Amino acid sequence: MRTKLFVFLVLASLVLSACGGTSAPEAPAAEEAPAAEEMEKVTLTIESWRNDDLALWQDVIIPAFNAHYPDIEVIFAPSAPAEYNGILSTKLEGGTAGDLITARPFDNSLLLFEAGYLADVTNLDGMENFGDAARSAWITDDGSAVFAVPMASVIHGFIYNKDAFAELGLETPETVDEFYAVLDAFAADGTYTPLGIGTSDLWEAATMGFQNIGPNYWKGEEGRQGLIAGTEKLTDPQYIAVFDELAKWGPYLASGYEAQTYPDSQNLFTLGQAAIYPAGSWDIGTFNPLVDFEMGAFKPPVVAAGDTCYISDHTDIALAMNAATAHPEEAQTFLTWLASAEFADIYTNNVTGFYSLSNHAVDVADPVAADFLSWRGECESTIRNSYQILSRGEPNLENELWAVSANVINGTQTSEEAAAQLQDGLDSWYTP
Amino acid sequence: MISAKPKKKFPFHIFVFLAPAVIIYSLFMVYPLLDSLRLSFFTELDGKEIFTGFSNYNRLLNDPNWKPRFWGAVKNNSIFFIIHMLVQNPLGLALAALISMKSVKGRDLYRAFFFLPSILSFVIVGFVWQLILSPLWGIGEGIMGFLKLGEYFKPWLGLEGSALIALSLISVWQFIGIPMMLLYAALIGIPDELIEAARIDGANNWKIFWGIKFPIILPTVGMVGILTFVGNFNAFDLIYTTQGALAGPNFSTDLMGTLFYRTFFGQQLQLGNPTMGATVAAMMFLIILVGVLLYMFGWQRRVTTYDL
Repeated sequence: MRTKLFVFLVLASLVLSACGGTSAPEAPAAEEAPAAEEMEKVTLTIESWRNDDLALWQDVIIPAFNAHYPDIEVIFAPSAPAEYNGILSTKLEGGTAGDLITARPFDNSLLLFEAGYLADVTNLDGMENFGDAARSAWITDDGSAVFAVPMASVIHGFIYNKDAFAELGLETPETVDEFYAVLDAFAADGTYTPLGIGTSDLWEAATMGFQNIGPNYWKGEEGRQGLIAGTEKLTDPQYIAVFDELAKWGPYLASGYEAQTYPDSQNLFTLGQAAIYPAGSWDIGTFNPLVDFEMGAFKPPVVAAGDTCYISDHTDIALAMNAATAHPEEAQTFLTWLASAEFADIYTNNVTGFYSLSNHAVDVADPVAADFLSWRGECESTIRNSYQILSRGEPNLENELWAVSANVINGTQTSEEAAAQLQDGLDSWYTP
Repeated sequence: MISAKPKKKFPFHIFVFLAPAVIIYSLFMVYPLLDSLRLSFFTELDGKEIFTGFSNYNRLLNDPNWKPRFWGAVKNNSIFFIIHMLVQNPLGLALAALISMKSVKGRDLYRAFFFLPSILSFVIVGFVWQLILSPLWGIGEGIMGFLKLGEYFKPWLGLEGSALIALSLISVWQFIGIPMMLLYAALIGIPDELIEAARIDGANNWKIFWGIKFPIILPTVGMVGILTFVGNFNAFDLIYTTQGALAGPNFSTDLMGTLFYRTFFGQQLQLGNPTMGATVAAMMFLIILVGVLLYMFGWQRRVTTYDL
């Protein structure tokens, strides 16, 4: 019955959106007139999936904006992360979406732009503060139009328990061999689970595993662009090598890691039971209030000492303007402020672990977050290799990556089989 | 000679009584269902829906990427259903038989307890069992250790070979109250005289149950079976809350419902595909339709119903 209910709800929303579609063009005109006459307070609504940030927006970001622009009222209206994409497209189709729209990177937003739902912001004041890498996730394939103001990226690495390292007299590892030496030391000691990661939720294995340590093997952007151009294949040795590393992780994980979920992993680390946590920088903010030991961070280990290091500095979040907004000028004002040094500072220092993508220099107060950010200077940045273009078709590369990364750690699939499955899936719909 | 009867005026007022149900069902059940079937014959291209006949079905059944997912979901769903039929319904019958016996003390209390999980939300059931079975903090390992079975403990929800069975049993635990209640209602409807007459003839409880009570409640047993079938092939929530939309590990817990959800709404970077989703939904509808027809013609019309 649930499924039928789903079908029904979806169809009902389609019917409603069809009705809404016809009336949408009239609505803005009707609302614009009084606003222009009376210069009333204008209200902007922001659609977002970051419901964790609700308090921050209400207490810090919006008041800071209103200090400059008291006449623009801003409402931050987030929905649940897993449902955001569906809710947003339904709202856009129905003409009921907010004025500003938090944009996922790459295709998700690109399709919305191509369907005419998002406004072109290429020439917006403030866009000059963003480099090409920052824009890359919200730009048309030909590079002609940017459709969102980049907000933040997240960086992968490892967070570790400093007290545990001190207890065993261990140093943070720089190379892969040192990494396993540290893991072996923890395994031999037995007090701590060496690595806090599980495979139950699948994405942990792919995102915190494969995409975390991988860039050092496929040389960041070089490999990522190579996959898109077709000069590299996922069955090449550098990709097999990443899976080979993941396959070695199993013995260092908590017993029963096959059923360990993401919250389990987080708890394992914050309770002080796991020594090292393969992380995304967004975890720092979650961990800070929970841990009673000192945390540190080290970047993904390189194969040989002195190798160039590569990190996943993934473009994650941006803000776009609804093309059908009734208040385009005010929305642009907000977006321009979003590109300012003030916002970069507020966002980076309040949403710990999310780093502004602008060229403004930001001082990060949190030591662990600052560690992550410092790698930008030491290493080459890249983004997750499955995100741009390669996850457009079916089977979806990102989904496949979740499944096979978990399989490899679980030991139910060999590195070669995993790589072959990914490449076969990709070949079935993608021609470079 | 029938026409010789005095012609009665057609009772037009029945339309008034039928109207609310007919209108509401047509608008909210029949129309969406037909429109969903229609959608499955279309493919979206450049924002336009184009009629492509059976190409979606062809893709679902023959494409090397879709085929294993579809048949995997059918197979998993069948296992899910078989476990319910083998465990949930016989246990439900046994519990119903026990709590309908007047000699069992506190049977109202048992009835309430056994039924309780059915009214819990899937999210709560999924979360509670995930915690019980958690290899990190679960009490499952401790309990098994106490029974000297600790070495047999495994992270069942995370292993390909056991995840589906574990989830099926969790679902059985949750819904055992439904067949129990239906069968209980049928059992207490049997007149006492029949039982007393059998007892005078020298039948014991076992004989009375299988010789008298069971044949009488057989139509209800069939109904429980078909309700289980329909419910199982529409199941989705438990898998989604515990394993996510990708129904891990390695799609081993993928049911028709999760396949449909993933296809229709998308998953992470995979965008939703409404027309393929409608095709999966149509196949679910077809499977359930075949099951229900088999039940109606193969069982319901043949089984003897006793007027009591």
